[in-house]
Amino acid sequence: MSKGKIVMGALAPHPPHLVYAENPPQNEAKSEGGWEELRWGYERLRNSMSDIDYDVIVIHTPHWQTFAGTHFLGVEKFKSLSVDPVFPNLFRYNYDLKVDVKLSKSIHDGAADSGLLVKMMENPDFRIDYGTITSCHLVNPAWDKPIVCISSNRSKFYFNAEVMQANMIKLGEATRKVIEASGKKALLLSSNSLSHRHFTVEPEVPEDMSQEHVTNHHQYLWDMKMINLMKEGKTREMIDLMPDFTEQTIAETEAGSLTWLISALGFPDYEAIVHAYGTVIGTGNAIVGWDPSQAKT
Amino acid sequence: MIDTNVPKGILVPGMPQTLLCPEKNEGWQRVRDAYDKARGEIEKTDAEVIVIYSTFWPSILGHQIQAFPEPEWTHVDDEFHDLGSISYKFRMDPEFAELAVAKCKERGLHARTISYFGFPIDTGSVVALKLLNPDNRLPAVIVSSNMYANRAETIVLGKSVRDAIDSSGKKAAVVIVSALSNRLHTTPIEPVDDKIHSLKDNEWNLKFLEYLEKGRLEDVSQLSRQFHDEARVPKVVSFKPFWVMASIMGQNNLYEGNILAYEPIWGTGAVVATMTPAEDTAGDLEYDEDDPEFYKGDREVLDFYDQPEIGPLEDEDGD
Repeated sequence: MSKGKIVMGALAPHPPHLVYAENPPQNEAKSEGGWEELRWGYERLRNSMSDIDYDVIVIHTPHWQTFAGTHFLGVEKFKSLSVDPVFPNLFRYNYDLKVDVKLSKSIHDGAADSGLLVKMMENPDFRIDYGTITSCHLVNPAWDKPIVCISSNRSKFYFNAEVMQANMIKLGEATRKVIEASGKKALLLSSNSLSHRHFTVEPEVPEDMSQEHVTNHHQYLWDMKMINLMKEGKTREMIDLMPDFTEQTIAETEAGSLTWLISALGFPDYEAIVHAYGTVIGTGNAIVGWDPSQAKT
Repeated sequence: MIDTNVPKGILVPGMPQTLLCPEKNEGWQRVRDAYDKARGEIEKTDAEVIVIYSTFWPSILGHQIQAFPEPEWTHVDDEFHDLGSISYKFRMDPEFAELAVAKCKERGLHARTISYFGFPIDTGSVVALKLLNPDNRLPAVIVSSNMYANRAETIVLGKSVRDAIDSSGKKAAVVIVSALSNRLHTTPIEPVDDKIHSLKDNEWNLKFLEYLEKGRLEDVSQLSRQFHDEARVPKVVSFKPFWVMASIMGQNNLYEGNILAYEPIWGTGAVVATMTPAEDTAGDLEYDEDDPEFYKGDREVLDFYDQPEIGPLEDEDGD
């Protein structure tokens, strides 16, 4: 068996607005468009992967929140309706997906060997969170690859951002080792926004782009700081700044997804490709790809 | 004068153990038994609708109120999925939900009804409705907990719901779904080994129970910020359930408090308590905080436009 590898890592945020704006047949709500810069960014991300073969998507999701350990999907198929609890007017999506349970269990076991608390989710009635569905849809609308879905352990709330980061760095290392041992080619997704202060009201027409902007300039400056570090390949510095960034912009990086991804990628020192930056209901969202084939040897 | 429009207020925990496996821990079973007693207390009133405020349902866009007539699903908790699935079919009161939204808007709040098949009703509301209203004897509405709302907005939300109750002509039982201390065990435990996560959490819970037992609901409401600092994992900006409960029930201390259970559920402080309006109980109020009537939207720290005016200097005595 040849050695498995991570073929691409991506920051792939999950505002349901982007699926709503695309009008896929799976989504009941229909729109007139909107958020094109981000949707075109996802298009560029998909194009950047068009020549890259992969077997599985491994996603870390902020919207499956667990407090006792990190959980992994452990059922082979899920088919149901996902309704966003915050934006149900925009996202009512009929999903039908497959899980790579073998790889999921292997990462679970690898994380346990690293000293992390872990648990398999084996209830077939479980409803997949809308974040996972949104990011996976936007990266792979054909849904022709199985996924591994990892919950967000909320250690940032129960301890602090430093503990969260330490755990996610361990989880990322375990993920990489297991993928390498599995012989599989994996696409890794960190399903989160950057700055995350929402507007608390919605325009009458949700896709009215005259109403869309970052909630405040301070958030924008922090987002640019982090994105520039990604572009410069300074991911260790980015991770060092993550607790302050998270605190200052109530960023969705609190979920640990981005720290997990950067760790799994081995703290890349090569340039990330920023496909887009844009805001959704005031939050800052970047679509960013890391291609390990660009790593300096 | 005794308040008759809200004849009962109830605090319940939303953890699924109470519904799915109470037999695994004696304390969980006592909470389950207390739920049954609370249901009995509701049944003895003339309440015609159940109004639930659930801290398990966070919202961002103002305040959401469940209005789908008969929501039906098989629910699985994100954390405790291994305890099993919960099938439910509830009966909502869409007309009341619309009225509550209208009253919210009259007081300056951003609010809307939610009426979609498959909407993910939160674990706390599912547990509360299954145990307090198992046969859907009463219709219900569920009100979300806005994650950004602080005290003024939450007090106004409670008053808006109260406006809806008063103008609907329906009597309401108010159910608040929340733990007191909310720190879960983050490592596996055997159910029989469950305990309140820390002594400090336990002490603050007991302090609140002492107030609740005396019917001092408004005093508990006024202490919410302190409780948030002392005994809550700060997942949201503040501890809101008693702000809502007190503002719906009249912002006073005139209740008979009945603590039906206080037990740990996975480390959290799980309380079933009922508040029944009474003629004369604790009575003494300490109003430390503002009592807003309208919500004027988010204000930035440096906004000066609505600062209190100093007014003209007095000039009679030449000073």
